[in-house]
Amino acid sequence: MTQLLTLLHSSIVFGTVIMFGALGEIISEKAGNLNLGVPGIMYLGAIAGLCGPYFYELSCAEAGTTPSGAVCILISIVCAFAASALGGLIYSFLTITLRTNQNVTGLTLTIFGGGVANFFGGSLNVFAGGVGQVKATATTAAFTKYSFTLSALGANADGKGIGYLLFQHGFLTYVAVIFAVLIHLFLMKTRTGLNLRAVGENPGTADAAGINVARYKYLATCIGAGISGLGGLYYTMNYIGGTWANDGTIEALGWLAVALVIFATWRSLNALWGAYVFGIFYWMYQYIGVSGRAIELFKMLPYLVTLALLITVSMRRRKEDQPPAHLGLPYFREER
Amino acid sequence: MDNVNAIEMRNITKRFGNVVANNGINMVLRKGEILSLLGENGSGKTTLMNMLAGIYYPDDGQIYVDGNPVSIRSPKDSFLNGIGMIHQHYKLVDVFTAAENIVLGLEEEGKLDRKVIAEKVREIAERYGFDIDPNQKVYDMSVSQKQTVEIVKVLYRGANILILDEPTAVLTPQETDKLFAVMRNMRADGKALIIITHKLHEVLSVSDRVAVLRKGEYIGDVPTAEATQQSLTDMMVGRATTLNINRPDPVNPHPVLEIKNLTCVDKDGVKRLDDVTFTAMGGEVLGIAGVAGSGQRELLETIAGLYPAVSGEVLYRPDESTSISLLGMDPLEIRKNGVAMSFVPEDRLGMGLVGSFGMSANMMLRSWRKGFGPFLNHKDPNELAKSIWENLEVVTPSINYPVRRLSGGNVQKVLVGREIAAKPKLLMTAYAVRGLDINTSYTIYNLLTDQKLKGVAVVYVGEDLDVLLELCDRIVVLCGGQVSGVVDARTTTREEVGLLMTQFRKEEAAV
Repeated sequence: MTQLLTLLHSSIVFGTVIMFGALGEIISEKAGNLNLGVPGIMYLGAIAGLCGPYFYELSCAEAGTTPSGAVCILISIVCAFAASALGGLIYSFLTITLRTNQNVTGLTLTIFGGGVANFFGGSLNVFAGGVGQVKATATTAAFTKYSFTLSALGANADGKGIGYLLFQHGFLTYVAVIFAVLIHLFLMKTRTGLNLRAVGENPGTADAAGINVARYKYLATCIGAGISGLGGLYYTMNYIGGTWANDGTIEALGWLAVALVIFATWRSLNALWGAYVFGIFYWMYQYIGVSGRAIELFKMLPYLVTLALLITVSMRRRKEDQPPAHLGLPYFREER
Repeated sequence: MDNVNAIEMRNITKRFGNVVANNGINMVLRKGEILSLLGENGSGKTTLMNMLAGIYYPDDGQIYVDGNPVSIRSPKDSFLNGIGMIHQHYKLVDVFTAAENIVLGLEEEGKLDRKVIAEKVREIAERYGFDIDPNQKVYDMSVSQKQTVEIVKVLYRGANILILDEPTAVLTPQETDKLFAVMRNMRADGKALIIITHKLHEVLSVSDRVAVLRKGEYIGDVPTAEATQQSLTDMMVGRATTLNINRPDPVNPHPVLEIKNLTCVDKDGVKRLDDVTFTAMGGEVLGIAGVAGSGQRELLETIAGLYPAVSGEVLYRPDESTSISLLGMDPLEIRKNGVAMSFVPEDRLGMGLVGSFGMSANMMLRSWRKGFGPFLNHKDPNELAKSIWENLEVVTPSINYPVRRLSGGNVQKVLVGREIAAKPKLLMTAYAVRGLDINTSYTIYNLLTDQKLKGVAVVYVGEDLDVLLELCDRIVVLCGGQVSGVVDARTTTREEVGLLMTQFRKEEAAV
């Protein structure tokens, strides 16, 4: 039982990373922009969200004051969101204004984000005196502080129970859930959401209806990237404890986020539970007790499920399950 | 205000490069009337209307709406002036419902309440007699239902002036009647309507007044009550011009292609070809006339094996003793048997040539199966390209220069030249002189005539009636996917063909 609870708990942690990535990407793809730069954007969010509070805490230490948790969180989130949105802006400028190929641009953004993040992360390590020496202690504490006081609920002998599973998480975990619901309401229930979806489905029609296609695409991609970047931040703060590791896990989770968008058939509510399912599959090997090289095979499970789902969806041929019709294509206002 | 015109266009001129699409047009739309805008292909009807819809901006002239001078620079301006245009290609989002499409892009107050919108849509539908379900998804709709959504969309936005660009082209006769009933209801409600159409009987049945355009000029307008099919045709086609195309008499004509009762249906279930029967003879040029979209493309593609037929027969007689049914054969086999097709679509390169390839590589598209094993045979295509380059005087720096960068006439020479080089027994060309200047056009006419003298059955689909009358031996006239007549090009007149082009078979028109 304890083992199962541990599995599910880690699934929620990793699921939240993936969910942030996927939610941002859903907004971007709904506007027709297939941004394969999600892993890079998550890297950007991770490093910026770490650097900001690290230097804030450093300056506090020099001044001899205690860093405030709220300020830590604010600096961290603003830095992570801004850096990721900037990544989205680069992508938007290239694909929307200069009409470059979306796939290639996205892939290069992934390489760019990883490069930038690991460069600064490595530098930060050197600055702090060695790998693993970077510590944004106060920030991590603020992020990982349990939001609810129900963590002892139904605890077993090991101190683990329903409270541990559902309530021993930092506040961003719940923010992700709220985001998933809000994004669903935004896309399906508001005029702006309707217009946004029209841009991704048929930009020509949207344009003729008086919608500013480029503006919608820019905003959707940049805000989407900002949300995706919070996934990287969550990983840094809530999983590895406010330090920098360049082991490539962020990139792996970023690709899972891209897969999750497809798995969720572009619906944020599906991404909500899908993210946890992906998390379970990711950690499955620990529960089953696999070791060594076979671990890597088990980590492929989310992709297998996505493939299986893709085949099912394509066989059912429901129009609503299809990607936005104009996904990945540039929009030229036609001459006639 | 009642005596003010809904729209007045004064001295409107629109040029595209050197081509004058509309020349000094003065047109008036009165309140509470249905005006038909009539004219051949390329007469400038759609261009003129697009200036009201904000797609184009006039180079010269002034538009007045309700007596006030206006400047319409975008679709939004058009809609703010109460003008709504229903284009031939519907602008709808497939996965949205009718209601969602209708409110798309609107900056209305309040939240997106689908119930309220559906109620408003139903109100409009009831008022004018539309049949519409606000919650139906567009992908589940028939063409006519989609059209209804487009019209309601325009009305929802408060349009008082509606422009319908060939609204009946895709409709069945029953659906057309429904549409006309709705149009009359809108007229009764004080709205002004313009309908663009080629079909004379529709003009006569629905409109109050007819305005005729020809080659970008405003020919005039008449009250429908005083017009007949014949008088309108005369206004539309005008006087024939002489081109002096060399037309030798056919030598020893023999049937090469027999089409019997051919019927084709497109994916929306609309009949594209309806019971088409005719014969193409070797040694003659058979013209196919008709307004755009009357089934010309479908006809050629069916013969070439690219479009499925529902019923009927396509018999091909390469020589007098053999007769092959082409239906069901794959396009490659049909080609091998000596059927060649060159189709010049609107964008010219869309079909048949690869723009970034040179002439030589484009020749290879037809011969890539030859050659040893996986290796391409470069020698023959190079020689063929060279011979076309020299014989047809294609202006290009080399046979490997991308054809995309050649001028239109040269591209078409390459396309037609390659088809002729296959030594076909049946050569089909569509719009072979589209966009070409006079001299280049003559080169193409002569090429086709040479083929005819060699005993090839040439099928020429064309737009210009004068050319059809002087180049062809016989002309098959298509109207709405049906053969409305087969005439002898030597004895017929422009008026007769023009009338056939717009005339449905009697029983069809009577519905």
